[in-house]
Amino acid sequence: MNAKLDFSILMRPDYLKMVLEGVVTMFELTLLAWILAMVVGTVLAVVRMTNSRIAQGCVATYVEYHQNVPMLVQIFLWYFGVATLLPATWQHWLNANHSEFVFAFIAVGLAMAAYMSEDLRGGIRSIPKSQIEAARALGLSYLKASRLVVLPQAIRIAMPTLVSHTVLLFKNTSLAMTIGVAELTYATREIESQSFRTVEVYLMATALYLSISLLIMTIGAMIERQLRIQAR
Amino acid sequence: MQDIFIILRDNWALLLVGQYPNGPLGGLAITLLLSILGLVFAFPLGVILALARVSPIRWLRVPAMTVIYVVRGVPLIMFIFWTYFFLPALTGQTVSGFTTMVVTLVIYQAAYLAEVVRAGIEGLPHGQTEASRALGLSYMQTTLKVVLPQALYNMVPAMVSQFVSTIKETSLGYVISVNELTFAANQVNNTLLTQPFQVFIILAGIYFLLCFSLTQLARYLEQRIAGKRTGLQTLSRRMQPVE
Repeated sequence: MNAKLDFSILMRPDYLKMVLEGVVTMFELTLLAWILAMVVGTVLAVVRMTNSRIAQGCVATYVEYHQNVPMLVQIFLWYFGVATLLPATWQHWLNANHSEFVFAFIAVGLAMAAYMSEDLRGGIRSIPKSQIEAARALGLSYLKASRLVVLPQAIRIAMPTLVSHTVLLFKNTSLAMTIGVAELTYATREIESQSFRTVEVYLMATALYLSISLLIMTIGAMIERQLRIQAR
Repeated sequence: MQDIFIILRDNWALLLVGQYPNGPLGGLAITLLLSILGLVFAFPLGVILALARVSPIRWLRVPAMTVIYVVRGVPLIMFIFWTYFFLPALTGQTVSGFTTMVVTLVIYQAAYLAEVVRAGIEGLPHGQTEASRALGLSYMQTTLKVVLPQALYNMVPAMVSQFVSTIKETSLGYVISVNELTFAANQVNNTLLTQPFQVFIILAGIYFLLCFSLTQLARYLEQRIAGKRTGLQTLSRRMQPVE
């Protein structure tokens, strides 16, 4: 092991560029996957609240599959498996446009949607039925009652788990390196194998991951505080 | 669909036990071994971390909290690389991928288990601690004889869920070429070359069957324990004198 730490190695322009590009890719992947997860998650939660047994069963299967299969395997299934089943024109287009990024985004987003939908469902279920009944009695439509009465309260209750699953999503984007997405972990390995400054490079990457995770937690806590109903 | 059965028929041994008995053990067997070892060794460490985390002594609480936050804020894959590079440097010996993975899982799971155990400890009514302190038990005695046994019992379902997480995490052994299930499936895929979708569906299916049954077990245990606790409550309510 190196006796002295020398972080100046990371300031070399080519390494710095790799790190910065890795961080940008990581953010893009996190953001896109998060949006996909929230949208699909909300749809799933809403579908599961309906009375159709079949729809409920489908959502339950979706959730169980995504929660009980490792994220890495899901990424492999999309990237190596599903990709080959697509029409040839799609495959060409994907190969020309960073298919590894696209499939990593889809795999992580769809898997985390299962977690997000469970969080939202937990929030919605904790709102007593009488709230909806009262809102309906006041003349609000079902959608308006959901949007104005149920959802704002449900989000408040679901916030802590939503935040911790956002952190999980962020951490899971690191798995995209296994299919060659040039995000932070990938860049870290590249620089390590070129420079052999193992300690410095890994310390930097670990510190970056940790500070972003803590940042997400802090922002989550701030939003939670904002949403909290002020006691009067 | 038929492809899947053919792949399974030709490769079930590789997926189940790897090259064994003609070579090293691998496949599902190693996945299970990794998760069991990881969780078993992580358990005592997790309990110690949890006790330090809820301890009234500041210099125990702060380091424990730091460890837990660091582990929970960094991806597992980062820890695998840390162990991969620094375990040999620390011990001065070459370390197998299997050992690397066990060590990583132990550290990682200990931090998560610590939070599970802490939730269990904090979920107990305060009266328990107060009563045992009032009976003259020391802090350590209270913790070891009153708090922990109850907290751990209530936490059994959460531990099973943690086991499921560990199984899923072992799949990352693939990145350092540990001979586990995901690695075996990749070997199958590399020999077949033409049926990646079928191979990875099989892989997902095996993980699903294993983890889903354990998740169901966790749910069943949760209901049983919850039922027992409410059962006790109604019993004690019934035994209260009628006013």
